[in-house]
Amino acid sequence: MKRSWYASPYALWMVLFTAVPLLFVCYYAFTDASGAFTVGNFTKIAQPMYLLVLWDSVRLAFLCTVLCLLIGYPTAYFLSGRDLNHAQSLVVLILVPMWMNFLLRTYAMMTLFEDNGVINSLLEAVGLPRLHMIGTEGAVLTGMVYNFLPFMVLPIYTVLKKMDYSIIEAAEDLGCSPLRVVTRVVLPMSVPGVVSGVTMVFMPAVTTFAISRLLSSGMIYLVGDMIEDYFISMNNRNVGSSISLVMLVLIILSIGLLRKVDPDNSGGGLW
Amino acid sequence: MNSHRTSRFLKGTWLALVLAFLYIPIIVMIALSFNASVSRAEWTGFTLGWYAKLFQSRQIMEALKVTLEVAVVATAVSVVIGTLGAIGMHAMNAGMANVLNTLSYLPMTTPDIVTGVSLMLMFVFTRVPLGKWTMIMAHVTFDTPYVLFSVMPKLRQMNPNLYEAALDLGCHPAKALTKVILPEINPGIVSGALLAFTMSLDDFVISYFTSNTDQNLAMIVYSAARRGVEPTMYALSTLMFIVIMVLLLAVNRRSGLENMG
Repeated sequence: MKRSWYASPYALWMVLFTAVPLLFVCYYAFTDASGAFTVGNFTKIAQPMYLLVLWDSVRLAFLCTVLCLLIGYPTAYFLSGRDLNHAQSLVVLILVPMWMNFLLRTYAMMTLFEDNGVINSLLEAVGLPRLHMIGTEGAVLTGMVYNFLPFMVLPIYTVLKKMDYSIIEAAEDLGCSPLRVVTRVVLPMSVPGVVSGVTMVFMPAVTTFAISRLLSSGMIYLVGDMIEDYFISMNNRNVGSSISLVMLVLIILSIGLLRKVDPDNSGGGLW
Repeated sequence: MNSHRTSRFLKGTWLALVLAFLYIPIIVMIALSFNASVSRAEWTGFTLGWYAKLFQSRQIMEALKVTLEVAVVATAVSVVIGTLGAIGMHAMNAGMANVLNTLSYLPMTTPDIVTGVSLMLMFVFTRVPLGKWTMIMAHVTFDTPYVLFSVMPKLRQMNPNLYEAALDLGCHPAKALTKVILPEINPGIVSGALLAFTMSLDDFVISYFTSNTDQNLAMIVYSAARRGVEPTMYALSTLMFIVIMVLLLAVNRRSGLENMG
């Protein structure tokens, strides 16, 4: 037996459990409850109410990605620097939350944000008025940034770490100011990492459902929440599938666009 | 020199703030799991009572059993499929390997919610009841690429002549696999298994859509969180956090040590 045949169970499993299920999404999206062909699911979700939810999700995911980039880029840059003590342990500390259950992290956030939660009792203790945070866009956005920030830091850090440091030294020796070193040398060279990070943050952010539900107690309703409702509580899998399909196409298109910025896909991946 | 020190101080402050942002919520949650009062507003004394309640809850113990069973079975299956897959792909021509590689990235580029929903649809259509077994199949699907990607680099590092030499010396191919290839790639298999096990313990979204009758711990946390905050959930979250943290540090230490050697 040829050795390449060892991969056949793997190939079979991946086709059966990743490619085939996606075909089922297409099938359900284009049929009604009786199994007859229809485009009705799509005309239904083209209504303003649904488009508004989609718009809100894209808007919040975009804001989340921008915030993660603004916080994550300097973080990755400082971590990759040479003048840091214990840099390796710091990297591990910043990246570990990435692998932790996002529900636990969101649950922890809830504890802080609730009306009678930790932040409000601290505010009261120092004599300030209480804030109503759960249900606001700010709370959901903070929860999203909190959850997805490490996904921005890792790929940028990986690219910066691999960068040839002598190029920076050369720029400095030739009289480049520190600010120009960053804008003219470091930033352009880190584009692949940024592209990777933006993808890794935007994709889970635009499809999130539990974060918005828990931190807004249902007040802020995103596409992920809508998909969850159609599949779990409303049991209308056809409309649910059409929303999922639109979502997936949107994500594939945006990944395709991002790839144009970084054609050889050289950004640091997950592992 | 002075500006150098200022810049170091600023960098340190920035990183400290980021770490605080990432860890304060978790630390607060861990602290509250030992708080005698139900209220988050005041500390009324140290207790292990929430932990005791956790272990007395039948629902939570049942979910713990489901979580471990699913993680163990899914890890075992994905280690076998993933390791064989890596060996096969390594021996393949570039074109075929490329197709399989793309397929391996598919679950990573599909959002979890779509993966979960798509598997649910397939199970519903084929009338497989949504429970522990469908959850296991779903977990094998997202676990296996982690095993594959952990084993692959070990195969690339291996001397390709070793396997050929074993065959030339009359070794049966199956024996050459267990006696020559497996010992060489073993560290990769163990890292992959640890990673797969962690991913399985940790998963919520895909489990949520692929199981109805059986709930894992993350699903319990979600339904409890939707009802509001409860101290027993702090205790549960704290324990899950510690277990996952220990597993991850083990993975990191292994691959870190290997990179050095």
